[in-house]
Amino acid sequence: MEFIIEYFTLILGDGNWKFWLEGISLTLMFVSLSLLIGGVLSIPLAIARANRHPIFNPMVWSFTYFFRGTPLLVQTYLLYYGLPQFDFVKDSFMWPMLREATWCALIAFTLNTAAYTTEIFRGAIEAVPHGEIEAAKACGMSPFKRMRRIILPSALRISLPAYSNEVIFMLHGSVILGVLPIIDIFGAAKTINSRYYVSFEGFIPCAILYMILVFGITRIFRMLEKRYHAHLRPRTS
Amino acid sequence: METVIDYSPAILRGTGVTIFLAICSLMVSMSLGLIAAWGKLSSSPIGSRVANSYTTLIRGVPDLVLMMLIYFGLQRLLNFVGDYTGLWGYIEINTFVAGFVTIGFVIGAYMTETFRGAILAIPRGQIEAGIACGMSKSLIFRRIIWPHLVRLALPSFTNNWLVLLKTTALVSVIGQKDLVYEAFTAGRSTRQLFTFMFVVLIIYLIMTAASQTALGLVERRYNVGVRRA
Repeated sequence: MEFIIEYFTLILGDGNWKFWLEGISLTLMFVSLSLLIGGVLSIPLAIARANRHPIFNPMVWSFTYFFRGTPLLVQTYLLYYGLPQFDFVKDSFMWPMLREATWCALIAFTLNTAAYTTEIFRGAIEAVPHGEIEAAKACGMSPFKRMRRIILPSALRISLPAYSNEVIFMLHGSVILGVLPIIDIFGAAKTINSRYYVSFEGFIPCAILYMILVFGITRIFRMLEKRYHAHLRPRTS
Repeated sequence: METVIDYSPAILRGTGVTIFLAICSLMVSMSLGLIAAWGKLSSSPIGSRVANSYTTLIRGVPDLVLMMLIYFGLQRLLNFVGDYTGLWGYIEINTFVAGFVTIGFVIGAYMTETFRGAILAIPRGQIEAGIACGMSKSLIFRRIIWPHLVRLALPSFTNNWLVLLKTTALVSVIGQKDLVYEAFTAGRSTRQLFTFMFVVLIIYLIMTAASQTALGLVERRYNVGVRRA
């Protein structure tokens, strides 16, 4: 019993609970921002890829191949530790931004998730039933209207299960923030560990917090799937 | 560029460590995946419950956090238990072991789903046909189940292997001298971190591209005689 009380004072007492709160909000902010920007970026890229655009398709393919074939940790290192190697970066107006770990991490995360999401959306666009597109053509819709009204809504629905995996992978990947000097949930655990010279005690609540977040995300996506896949579910009598 | 050539022995050594670590993790993950898939498919409630909680745990906890827990925590736990029961002496878990055990543990959960899906997708009639021909259990496994299993599991196995390969970069965080670690030290001492990190990215890209090609060839080999839609 005493041991448990001691443990809780270690991880929560002495103002330590503030680290956890800060960590949770930072993790959530980074993950949602990079997913949002990456998701918006990926839609035109996926369309270019699915339509086999002669110029953009190879470009987008090499972008996704590069970012999907290399570890996120090294991508983040390249931006944060690597960019100061160049004097022109240091002299540019972007330097106050690129000097910060937060911006470098956000850029790396966004590009990474954009690459993965592009491939997910491309697969979904290609999986839209032909009949729907033909029906749109028969109604006389222009290619743009067809994309906006028929293909994209259908594709976004199809991509929901794969996209929920990507969201969870992004949350797992966001641990890299704690490796850089940023206090996310993992960073909070590291801070508390080094504050009391303990080796792993802080990682236990860290693991539990991540687990709660993952279950929350899974639940949200299950609700979304229930709502947007309603027409695909077998009829219950 | 010359600095990269100067440091190439260290980089190559690091690449070797990364590849070796990836292969060790693959062994762990495949054994765990097969066992857990068998547990999930077995009729015993305990087996499926243990396997299910394993995959849920892995889905919930990020790999790096798990690695930290295993590297710092497991050693303390093992020594505590050893002290208490007197069964074993002082155990030290080094970064390499902690790295490949964690990665194997994490990817093992994905392998579980791969193998489970593949086993479920094997046409039941083929196994029945094997029984009808009077094949023994091991012969059925060798001649019928295994070729199907490889064919059906390969696409998602390839995916898992690529994820595994990229996850190995994380062991540099606990201080294992792998590719990322060696390149990082080299880059820091020459103040050319961009160059060295870019080299690391290219090496990873070569490794993933090579494994994709190789596994694609295996996939083609095992798909001989399967009608394509």
